[in-house]
Amino acid sequence: MAENLVTVAYICAGALFILSLSGLSNPETSRRGNLFGIVGMLIALIATATRAGFTGHVPLLAALIPAGVIGAMVAQRVKMTEMPQLVALLHSFVGAAAVLVGFATLLHPEHEVLGSERVLQLVEIYVGVCIGSITFTGSLVACGKLHGLIGGKPLLLPARHVLNLVLLVVTVGFGVAFGRAGEAGAPALWLGLGTIVTGIIGLHLVAAIGGADMPVVVSMLNSYSGWAAAAAGFMLSNDLLIITGALVGSSGAILSYIMCKGMNRSFISVILGGFGTGEGTVAAATVEGEHREIDAAGTARLLRQAKSVIVVPGYGMAVAQAQHALADVTQTLRSAGVKVQFAIHPVAGRLPGHMNVLLAEAHVPYNIVHEMSDINDEFPETDVVLVIGANDIVNPSALEDPGSPIAGMPVLHVWEARDVIVMKRSMASGYAGISNPLFFRPNTQMLFGDAKKVVEAIRDALGPMPEGAAQKVSAAR
Amino acid sequence: MRIGIPREVFQDERRVAGTPRTVKKLCQSGFEVWVERGAGDLAEHSDSAYAEGGAQIIDDVRRIWSESDIILKVRPPQKHPTLGQDEADLIRDGACLIGFIWPAQSRDLLEKLAAKRVTTIAMDCVPRITRAQKVDALSAMANAAGYRAVIEAANVYPRFLAGQVTAAGSIPPAKVLVIGAGVAGLAAIGAARGLGAIVRAFDTRPEAREQIRSMGAEAVELEFEEDAKGDGGYAKQMSDAFLEAERALFAHQAMEVDIIITTALIPGKEPPKLITPGMVESMREGSVIVDLAAPQGGNCSLTQPGKVITHKGVLIVGYIDLPSRMALQASWLYASVLVNMIDEMGGAESFRVDLENEVVRGALVTYAGEITWPPPKPTPPAPAAAKGPGELSAGAGSKQAESDVPAGSAHEQPWHEVLHKEEALVKSAVKGGWRTAVGLLAAAIAIVGIGLGAPESFLSHLTVFVLAVFVGWQVVWNVTPALHTPLMSVTNAISGIIVLGGMLHLSGSLGSAATILGFVAVLVASINIVGGFLVSRRMLAMFQR
Repeated sequence: MAENLVTVAYICAGALFILSLSGLSNPETSRRGNLFGIVGMLIALIATATRAGFTGHVPLLAALIPAGVIGAMVAQRVKMTEMPQLVALLHSFVGAAAVLVGFATLLHPEHEVLGSERVLQLVEIYVGVCIGSITFTGSLVACGKLHGLIGGKPLLLPARHVLNLVLLVVTVGFGVAFGRAGEAGAPALWLGLGTIVTGIIGLHLVAAIGGADMPVVVSMLNSYSGWAAAAAGFMLSNDLLIITGALVGSSGAILSYIMCKGMNRSFISVILGGFGTGEGTVAAATVEGEHREIDAAGTARLLRQAKSVIVVPGYGMAVAQAQHALADVTQTLRSAGVKVQFAIHPVAGRLPGHMNVLLAEAHVPYNIVHEMSDINDEFPETDVVLVIGANDIVNPSALEDPGSPIAGMPVLHVWEARDVIVMKRSMASGYAGISNPLFFRPNTQMLFGDAKKVVEAIRDALGPMPEGAAQKVSAAR
Repeated sequence: MRIGIPREVFQDERRVAGTPRTVKKLCQSGFEVWVERGAGDLAEHSDSAYAEGGAQIIDDVRRIWSESDIILKVRPPQKHPTLGQDEADLIRDGACLIGFIWPAQSRDLLEKLAAKRVTTIAMDCVPRITRAQKVDALSAMANAAGYRAVIEAANVYPRFLAGQVTAAGSIPPAKVLVIGAGVAGLAAIGAARGLGAIVRAFDTRPEAREQIRSMGAEAVELEFEEDAKGDGGYAKQMSDAFLEAERALFAHQAMEVDIIITTALIPGKEPPKLITPGMVESMREGSVIVDLAAPQGGNCSLTQPGKVITHKGVLIVGYIDLPSRMALQASWLYASVLVNMIDEMGGAESFRVDLENEVVRGALVTYAGEITWPPPKPTPPAPAAAKGPGELSAGAGSKQAESDVPAGSAHEQPWHEVLHKEEALVKSAVKGGWRTAVGLLAAAIAIVGIGLGAPESFLSHLTVFVLAVFVGWQVVWNVTPALHTPLMSVTNAISGIIVLGGMLHLSGSLGSAATILGFVAVLVASINIVGGFLVSRRMLAMFQR
């Protein structure tokens, strides 16, 4: 294929990628969006494989076929609750690829350039490799944490900020050495050292961040993987890589921003790790009091008498895999004429939109699943709120106690409902390690136990769905 | 047990601590109730109505004081004008007294009561916690005061409050500004809205803004506030910049509105002078200011407590007895709160002082011969928010002695602390402005540097890059939050485009290092592409209506 034709193909691919992302604005168009992405990728691959001068067809196929098989197998087998770690793992692949491409470009530059362009190219290679390396190790740690291979507690080394700073300075130093090395000075060695140091930065950065901040971390790594691709585009003078990398990079950045906003924390404070170690956090008054308990049968009774119900799922629902039983309860109630809605906090779960995917998996219709900002005003008119495995996102002290570590974090105002039922394993505090006055509110009742078993008990207590009602629901769909 | 309700002897006090309805309730729950003859006259309750409720009408007030187990009062005990003796001396040893006490400046009274081993429940010291709402006498009185403030304003305001279109021409609705959205302020908003006025309200607490809107009023805000949202905190000193901005806001509003109702109190201090003579003069003739802080000195510097004055055509109402001016309603509210308090203490069967009960403990000021005020703080309060409620209302009380009109937000959050907070926000906004300026400068330098130093090919790539970032930014904001996980997997898949970089190096000789690196890069990137797209497809297929 002629060079111009390849360029045109790349333009098409870039446009298709943009369409792909814009398709995700709505579940209706999202499947088409995904298709656009696939088509764009195919066009890009075919154009590159058929361009004049490309002779590596054998190694290409040797790489593509096993990769395709592995990818397909992973995609089929992964459980929806394991999405966060899969996404993190895939990010690490992009990071690894960026590092490898950087090294290959150094060893075998496509265009021989001299003077200031040569310096620029070296800078591009170094930057690309470093971002790739941070993405690679950071994503591996994130994946390990999300999968439970590494403990979720933040690793807080003494003087960790100083350590990061030192590593950063060392990275820049190696970069300067790399740029000045020339052919004789073994630039690959300096590049390798830079890779290792940035790899350590990636490890250390993510290790210092706790489990509940993972949505931010995964989005951030998503963003980095984009910037790594964009940097590769600069070093290879390839506009398609630049466009795609920029798209992905800004997407990840927006997600990180949304997640940080959801926790009312600055991006910097999340990245620097730890929780409640920053300035200005005062030990919040611990709340003590009597909490009331309720059993599954009592919950079922309350639900049956309710006119409107809002379900607030949290990470506990994902851990217990309670979404299927919950979907059954939802359908039973809906067929009985109860208005059931779901309220999703931006940082519920371990991945942006994690709860939505789990509920979709369990066939909960997406039009009754609402974002926090859309549904927060509806709690006062709601009869029963079911909080399943969520804690900090429904903590009223975020609004009422300026001394609380989570003060100012937007939360779901569940306590405004008539009755609140909180399903939890125990009275233990949530990730933020602060007690939740919600549990002691007069309109709150606690339902202890494993979320899945408890929801199944509620489902059984609600009884079988009337035949006619079931048909009505399926017809309404 | 016997409950005694004497007539209030404070001058111009029309309220009474029991109404026929509450007396009936008390009798039904097993109390014997004695009411002084004429106790309810000024609150429109006849002696016969009390008698119907089950009370005994007693002529000799000495008997009520000396023979009752529980005395219900509105005002603190004082020198009885006709008997020439202090009410506190009349009370029986070991009896229980429930009423407004204002312990902060009634030290002598406390000592006298303690010496007689009186159990004194100060209704002004009830802690402000959720459970204590039904015994919150201050809020009940603030509610009445807020309503009455609007009625007093409407009474002297020479125009309609509601807008009308008449045959003679159209009449615009009156504009009312309420400053301070505590209980009194919110009640005032509701009353003014009910009369058809356009109501605006100002309060420095963000959560109050929501309450203002929920009452149907427009929340007036300081201009810089939106920028200042973010990290707050408490400053040591109030900056002039903040006060300046607030003053400017009020000055601007004064020119527009017809009625101003101020309810701003600082516990233990002079109320802030929010309305200056200049602002009063800038108001239209016939405008009205009702100053709910008048008992403590007033929010308007021209207010004369207890009087209505006219300044350049503007009426300034400084009544200090607003709840008492609607004695029937206020008496019923207060008396009902007292019944709730008696229930809280065990009712007729098991009336006792439970020191573990934080509501009772908070209000208990003398007990078993000791002065038990101020109550011990249950938990060390976080510096910002949870200030010990008892301490707070006590502070508020120190200035509320002359009258118990609890103006506005005072006992919800002290005004000066609110001001401190706002002022800190202003500071952070200023700081934020600097940061933005520095950022812009750095960006400008970077751009000029790139323009001078970078080769042309780089610039064309940079163009593409910057534009793509902006496109991505626009497109991704439109993604619905429900699809954020698929968004990540799709972006993941397309970031596998880095496979192209690997492919460039596949054309070399098979054994060379670059080819091997390229091969591995293609391998991992392709896993990403296939895995990413397929898993996205799988997820997206699940989203159904």
